[in-house]
Formats: sequence, C-alpha cells, structure tokens
Amino acid sequence: MGAMCASMVYPLARYIIPPDVPEAQTSRVVAGHEGDLKPNEGKVFRFGDRPGILVRLPDGRYRAYSATCTHLNCTVQYRGDAKQLWCACHNGFYDLNGQVVAGPPPRPLDEFVVNVAAGEIVVTRS
Amino acid sequence: MGVGALVDLGRHKRVPLHRHTLWYYMGGMTLFLFGIQVATGILLLLYYRPSADQAFESVQFIVTKVQFGWLVRSMHSWSANLLIFVMFAHLASVFFMKAYRRPREVTWLTGVALMGLMMAFGFSGYLLPWNKLAFFATQVGTEVAGAVPVVGPFIMRLLRGGEQVTGGTLTRFYGFHVAVLPALTTVVLGVHLLLVQKHGMSEPPSVIEARRRSGVPAKSMAFLPHFAIRDAIGWCAAMAILAGLAAIFPWELGEKADPFAPAPAGIRPEWYFCWMFQALKILPGHILGIEGELIGIFAIGLLAALVLLVPFIDRTPGPGDLRSRLINIAALAVLAIAGVLTVLAYMPAAGGPS
Repeated sequence: MGAMCASMVYPLARYIIPPDVPEAQTSRVVAGHEGDLKPNEGKVFRFGDRPGILVRLPDGRYRAYSATCTHLNCTVQYRGDAKQLWCACHNGFYDLNGQVVAGPPPRPLDEFVVNVAAGEIVVTRS
Repeated sequence: MGVGALVDLGRHKRVPLHRHTLWYYMGGMTLFLFGIQVATGILLLLYYRPSADQAFESVQFIVTKVQFGWLVRSMHSWSANLLIFVMFAHLASVFFMKAYRRPREVTWLTGVALMGLMMAFGFSGYLLPWNKLAFFATQVGTEVAGAVPVVGPFIMRLLRGGEQVTGGTLTRFYGFHVAVLPALTTVVLGVHLLLVQKHGMSEPPSVIEARRRSGVPAKSMAFLPHFAIRDAIGWCAAMAILAGLAAIFPWELGEKADPFAPAPAGIRPEWYFCWMFQALKILPGHILGIEGELIGIFAIGLLAALVLLVPFIDRTPGPGDLRSRLINIAALAVLAIAGVLTVLAYMPAAGGPS
C-alpha cells in the first residue's frame, strides 16, 4: 500500500517542483548612453534577469546598483528630491553608496562598476 | 437523500433566538458571496488568457469590449472583498460567542482552513490581471514565504514556478485559483457544512447562563421557512449592494506589469493583508541581531497557530472564567492593533514623495 502511494505521490511531487533552469550569468551590460540621464536622475535597466539601477549623481558622475531591495525584493527607484534610492514597497531608503539610511532593509544594495566608453555607459558586476 | 428528506431536515433544524441571533446570518452570507465568486469567476474564464503577454490585455478586453464585462469583473472583485469582510465577521462572532468549544472543535478548524483558502484565493487572484500592483504584491508575498526558515526557499520556488516572479508564476497562480483552491474548498466546505448540520447552532454561554438564572424557556425558529426567508432577504440586499458598488465604483485595472520598472509609490496589498504589510514596514532591519522581517513572519505565524488552536486552549464550558476573559481581551487587543496597522498602511509614508 505504502509503495503504491509513493509511486503515485513521488512523480506528482517532482512534477510540481519547477526544474532548475541555469541562469545565464550576465556580468556586463550597456545600461544606457551618455545624455540619457540628466544630473540627479536615475533609471532602472535590465541586468540579466534582474533589475539594476543607474544613477547620475548631481555632480555628473554615474553609479549603478542592483535595483532589488534587500528587504523583500521590490525594485527600488532614484528620488531626486531626497538624493537617495527609495523602495516604495516598505519605505526603505539607501544613500548614494547603497547603504541603508532608513526603513526595514537589512543590508546595503550590491554596487556595480560603471565605465563610460564611446558614449556607452557600461555596467559590470564587481 | 431525496429533496423531501432535505426539506424535512430544514424543517426540523431550529435556530436559537436571542440578542446575538443576527450573527448567525454571517455564515450563510459568506456562502452566498462565495457562490457569486464561482459564478462570476466562470464567466471571466470565458475570455481571460493566463499568460504574461495576454493576461492584462484580456482583462482590458473584458472590461472595454465584452458586453457587461465591466460588471462581471467588478462584481468578482467587489464580491471577493465583501466575502473576506463577512467571513472575518463570521469568524469573530464564532470566536466571541465561544462556538468553537466542544463538540465544535473540528468545525472551527475547518472554518479557519476556509479562511486560509479564501485569503489564498485573494492572493492568487490579485496577480491574474498582471498589473504593476499585482506584480509587486506577488513579489513581496512570495518573498515573505521564502523568508520562512528551512522550507521557505522551497515554498517560494514552488509558488513562483522558478526563482523570479514571471509569466510562469502567473500560469501557476491561475492553476491554483481556478482548480487547486476550488477543489480544496469544495472538500473543506463540505465537511464544515456537514458538521454545522450535525451539531446545530451553538448558543453563547452568556445566553445559556442568563436563561438558567431567569428560568425563561429557550426560544428558537425553524430554519425552513423562517430563517431561510430572512437569509434570502439578506442575500438580495447583498446582491443590490454588489451591483451598486460595481456600477458606481468599477474596479480599476491599473497599468500593465513591467518586471523592470520600479515599484510604484503608494503600493499596498488588498486591505485584508495591509496589517501584515504595515507590520513588515515598521519593523527595523535588525532586532537583537535577527532580521526584522523574520521576527515579523514568526509573529504572524504564531498568531495564526493560536487562532487555529483556540478550541484546545479555551476548553472551559462556562461563560466567563479568567482564561476565557483573557483570551477575549487578547483577541480584542490583536483586532485593535491590526486595525491601527491597516489605517497606517493607508496613510502616506514618512519621507514618501510629496
């Protein structure tokens, strides 16, 4: 009886567990072009299958981070009025080094390396 | 069992009459609204397409092109919310009237299971229009499940159908919403209704005690036709309220989900999840070296376990011993806290965009 139940339950359980699909490890993307962002602006870009965020600081330099909030995985945005990164889901704030300033996020955002070459803003996983 | 036997059963079934009798209508009202959900849900199935490319557009098609599609969709959404509200009222009335006590422990357990199923219906159904709010609500909700120690990551993958919320998650939630949850609900609801018939309506201990002191005999009315007619009047009123809400306040569709767009300002889940959402919002990142969200999830889990097991904690038959009163006070405190957290969730966040 037990063996019969197991022979039915096992394939069913294996079927509903999604198969492991190896993620293509993206380590470098073109996040935009010079002139896309004005100083004190930010935009979310696609970094593989996850979102990243590119910020043009008020002094014109670029910074990029993972856009996934470390609290519960919402996508953060840049707030020019506060000069901080903000997660609207649970009101978490990060400074321009990705460090948590306020709210519930437990860890800083992962920072990426930004290079500007031939007008392209290239973001690389550090 | 023939129709005659059912009518006979209804005629013999008696409903106690006392100052709390009104609360007996909540169970039937919940069942009626569930019926509306099934009917409008089947109608929506005729046009809905469960894929990331077509889900939003198909709901848009329903509300803009299909004759009375806006009415069916709005009634489904409004009725879902009213159902949860009436179900909470039913649960609270059963709780405070101590109707979970022996011999109705299993009736209570099936009732709490039904509440969990209805909330699962709400959570899975919320994603189906594939709009921005739904996308992030699912992101957060499944992430909360993923934060549960040991089994969390497995549950999260199982719910999402992968590592991220994608079109695969939408298809999975559709399957849960229209097949798995209805099947489970049919079984649990069947047992619940059977037990209600077997044990009859419970009278609050305070009513029994007052009657014992006064010596006045118990009053009751026949389920058929007296209670059933009153039930039917309530259902007609609920139908009118639903139609009015659907016509005057049609349910919004919002903007199509974009996994690579930031979470919109003012995002919050359905009102019945708001207290949990707000609790996770105000908990700090770390409490005594433990991540705040973990403590929040543990507290919510503990509360759910206490609600489920209350018949085995409060077993005294009398109306007001100390343990019973303490349980009432704790329940009122939890309701007050949940109410305050819900109100806070609807207020603008400190530091949010002006």
